[in-house]
Amino acid sequence: MTHASADQVALHQADAIQPDRIVRTTCEYCGVGCQILLHVKNGVIYRVSAPFDAAPNYGNLCVKGRFGHDYVWHRDRLTTPLIRRDGVLQPASWDEALSLVANRLAAVKAAHGPDAIAFLCSAKCTNEENYLMQKLARQVIGTHNIDHCARL
Amino acid sequence: MQAFGSGAMTNSIADITQARTILLIGTNTTANHPVISLQIKKAVRQHGAALIVADPRRIELAEFATLFLQHEAGTDIALLNGLAHIILREGLQDEAFIAARTENYETWRAVVEEYTPERVSQITGVPVADLERAAQLYGSRKPAAIFYAMGITQHTVGHQNVLAVANLAMLTGNIGIPGGGVNPLRGQNNVQGACDVGGLPNVYPGYQSVADENVRAAMAAFYGVPQPPPVPGLTLTEMIDAAGDGRVKALYFMGENPAMSDPDSNHVRECLARAEFLVVQDIFLHETTEFADVVLPAASFAEKDGTFTNTERRIQRVRRACDPPGQARPDWQIVAEVARRLGAPGWDYADPAAIMAEIAEVTPIYRGVRYERLEDGGLQWPCPAPDHPGTPILHTVRFSRGLGRFSPVHHQPAAELPDEEYPFMLTTGRILQHWHTGTMTRRVTGLDLLAPEERVEIHPQDAAALGIADGDWIRVSSRRGTVTARAGVMRRPRPGLVFMTFHYAEALGNVLTNKALDPIAKIPEYKVCAVKVEKVAPPADL
Repeated sequence: MTHASADQVALHQADAIQPDRIVRTTCEYCGVGCQILLHVKNGVIYRVSAPFDAAPNYGNLCVKGRFGHDYVWHRDRLTTPLIRRDGVLQPASWDEALSLVANRLAAVKAAHGPDAIAFLCSAKCTNEENYLMQKLARQVIGTHNIDHCARL
Repeated sequence: MQAFGSGAMTNSIADITQARTILLIGTNTTANHPVISLQIKKAVRQHGAALIVADPRRIELAEFATLFLQHEAGTDIALLNGLAHIILREGLQDEAFIAARTENYETWRAVVEEYTPERVSQITGVPVADLERAAQLYGSRKPAAIFYAMGITQHTVGHQNVLAVANLAMLTGNIGIPGGGVNPLRGQNNVQGACDVGGLPNVYPGYQSVADENVRAAMAAFYGVPQPPPVPGLTLTEMIDAAGDGRVKALYFMGENPAMSDPDSNHVRECLARAEFLVVQDIFLHETTEFADVVLPAASFAEKDGTFTNTERRIQRVRRACDPPGQARPDWQIVAEVARRLGAPGWDYADPAAIMAEIAEVTPIYRGVRYERLEDGGLQWPCPAPDHPGTPILHTVRFSRGLGRFSPVHHQPAAELPDEEYPFMLTTGRILQHWHTGTMTRRVTGLDLLAPEERVEIHPQDAAALGIADGDWIRVSSRRGTVTARAGVMRRPRPGLVFMTFHYAEALGNVLTNKALDPIAKIPEYKVCAVKVEKVAPPADL
């Protein structure tokens, strides 16, 4: 007598769902860069598979690549900018938050020079985002204080 | 970099199965690069490759190894020099390659002469017979590939460790050939790309030095403003210190959690608390947002377009599959908006493809990259022209710096070694089921079910001496802090070594780690520090 695990049942049910779309992308975990297929229904990723004909993983995935993406719609996701007021982070509009960031960076630069500002970009963000962050540091602020967690 | 002139995996994941010998040192590949470990297992089981695993822990791949060398943490240089010594003694070196492709060989050779098998065995704890066998396998079964990861780099001698690896590969002519190479496995999904596009304090995009006056003039012309002085900016750990002593007033972090990922995390928190203004842009609140003045909500990888560059230098597409929650926005849009509000012209990018077009203009190794060329399988840099097919293997004809340079390196003990008060050595790393500081994976129910809590790995011999049984609560202390967690009694670590992760905020290994840096690479010594271990009562709230 065998009992299907909850995962097997979920997988079976997932098979019965017709996805709205299947989007090929690159796994967000490690440096292997596995190609994954996100199966999306009603705006939710309900299943992840891998193309068998594509380098570098040829259909293989690890436990994180196949089952590790639920955090994307976790209730803790940040959905609005926050500004600290009276010691507490409180919701704010984009306009307010972006103006505050720009004004404070400009003020620190004016008072203490560009090297009083430091930036961290991210090994989890895209090439385009990292490029823009280093450009913000070097072109707009005028400092080489830009790094990320490459060494950690 | 110093040896070859560029820092990246020289070969491709696909050619691992062509290797006749594979040497893994300082990489727990199964946990950190799981799909590459499958390729390594395939090379061993289906293609008959000999596998040498060198690691202070009996990692899973040791079970697939022809030979397992369990050297003491922090003795990699001695081990690698020792293998080179035996290869030379046996005459297994590739004289033709050395003559045609390298320089400084004789100077280096004189240093390696000092690393006799007996001396190396004494430093590393590896039996002489195993050293002889490893040298024989690596030196005589060509092509031979070396893989390493942060077990090599996260030491105060990390830079010299890397050179010692490069020396061994040059000695045997294992560079520029399929199935060979020196292959650093990069940790994060896009750590390679973040470095490639200039997310470092010492280089512009494409590893162009900030100290090079020609580069500086070209960037000033391209960006339309004078460029900062030609000296490197602050590294991550230096920024944190500078925030603590007031040299840095404002910090803007995108997708980073240094309060948890950095060594000596109590010190990091004190420094961040002193910053005048801290902006954190991320997808969740985390340990670092506790100190933020502004938090900006970002889109996850599934909610935006872009590219990641993997450990084999392959630039691949990231595609939007769903919408970000609430008002969250892709990081590229947020950064561009901050720049526009600071009055910078030319920041109106229509989409990430337009940003890549600009990256291609300023980055020689990405010059031929266009989104339309990435649709089918991506491109491996260097890709210097729109019709260039990309480069699966580096240094086939010449090294980036011309000749490969042999660099003499000596064994040096770690910055902090066990003593009477702190008699154990602590090393840190990841496990398969979790990722880095856990902000993502600890919110995935299935993964957290598989690995719900820290288990401090300790050898049964040490556990018995301290009266610790598997699952008992223990206190691990260093000169910097104290962590309480359950013991995992197992034969994986060497006796005298304990292992912890940095995934669990409630039992954080980085409270204990030493922020002593490699003076050149500026990498903290996560892989060795001294700790004491005591059995304690379970926490009251359990």
